[in-house]
Amino acid sequence: MALNLGCTAKPGNARDNKTGSWRVFKPEFIREKCTQCGMCTIVCPEGCISPDEDEFPVPDYDYCKGCGLCAEECPSEAIEMKKEEK
Amino acid sequence: MTDKPCNLFDVGHRACGGCAAALAAKLILEAAGKNTIVVSATGCMEVFSTPYPETAWGVPWIHSLFENNSAVASGVVASLKKQGRTEKVIALGGDGATVDIGMLCISGAFERGTDFTYICYDNEAYMNTGIQRSGATPYDASTTTSPAGKCSFGNPRPKKDLPAILAAHGAPYVATASVAYPADFKKKVEKAVNIPGPCYIQVHAPCCTGWGFEGEKTIAIGKLAIETGLWVNYEMENGEVTRVKKVRRKPVEDYLTEQKRFRHLFRPKKNDGEIAKIQQIADRNAEKYGTDIVLKK
Repeated sequence: MALNLGCTAKPGNARDNKTGSWRVFKPEFIREKCTQCGMCTIVCPEGCISPDEDEFPVPDYDYCKGCGLCAEECPSEAIEMKKEEK
Repeated sequence: MTDKPCNLFDVGHRACGGCAAALAAKLILEAAGKNTIVVSATGCMEVFSTPYPETAWGVPWIHSLFENNSAVASGVVASLKKQGRTEKVIALGGDGATVDIGMLCISGAFERGTDFTYICYDNEAYMNTGIQRSGATPYDASTTTSPAGKCSFGNPRPKKDLPAILAAHGAPYVATASVAYPADFKKKVEKAVNIPGPCYIQVHAPCCTGWGFEGEKTIAIGKLAIETGLWVNYEMENGEVTRVKKVRRKPVEDYLTEQKRFRHLFRPKKNDGEIAKIQQIADRNAEKYGTDIVLKK
């Protein structure tokens, strides 16, 4: 692989690496229980949960590793971890 | 995600699921903002965020060695000053790069009064190379270089008190934080980058792989460390402790039983003597910083 000058790389091009393929358990967000407190967005180590147009948090399954931290910390138990069939 | 602009610490990095260091990096940049330059020592953070040619950083980021992190940051600060620029400089290092290998350059940068913020994500061992003990590994934790066995209860030495060492350099702001309290951590980062002179933050970052717990428990473990008194969240301004997180203290066993690195204290039979010694460390912390909530009579 040819190296760039100073081994530089463009900001954020780690997006090429779709870490969602690591996942075993998939978080399922239950809208009826969600209070839009934003805890899942804050604690996600990937930073892949963001609000949709209705302000409900939505994970990006291309990058979600399925660690389950959001489900564990959700105060209204609105996230369930389900085993994923691939 | 692909249709959204790049986050300051972006998706696609290769940290373990539930990694507290990745969470810390995200929170640091949310607090410091885009007008920041990050210098990173070798360690987990560098390896998982930038396998060449990929990078998860949305701000200028430079990799240095273990030992010269603060020296590189000092150079960046000097260059920015000469050019009349106002970017904030943050040096990031793990506990190995900070309390062991980088000590010399950190001490130098703090002694020179360099205007930067040093943040240590403390996962209490050299996790990147396979969980070797560091100066920040707590008493009795089993690591690959301090394994528990017939003749050993794990790491025989207590944690090095680096915040106190750097406060003794005359640093205007020294703080400890935990990823378990993200808002508190962000507030401290914001404060540190805006205070002129060398500031230091040590953030407790539970490591699911190295400590032996499930990734979803990262925040719960961080909270338990504070609730048992084995980690204290405080702020030191000009050498004086000004703010401490107060808790209703739980016994240290609650924290120890959750982690594989302390399993030898409970199996094959419970080692009351060693657990009492760890309880003593927590008691001393509580007394030193006054963390216990005392009910008014």
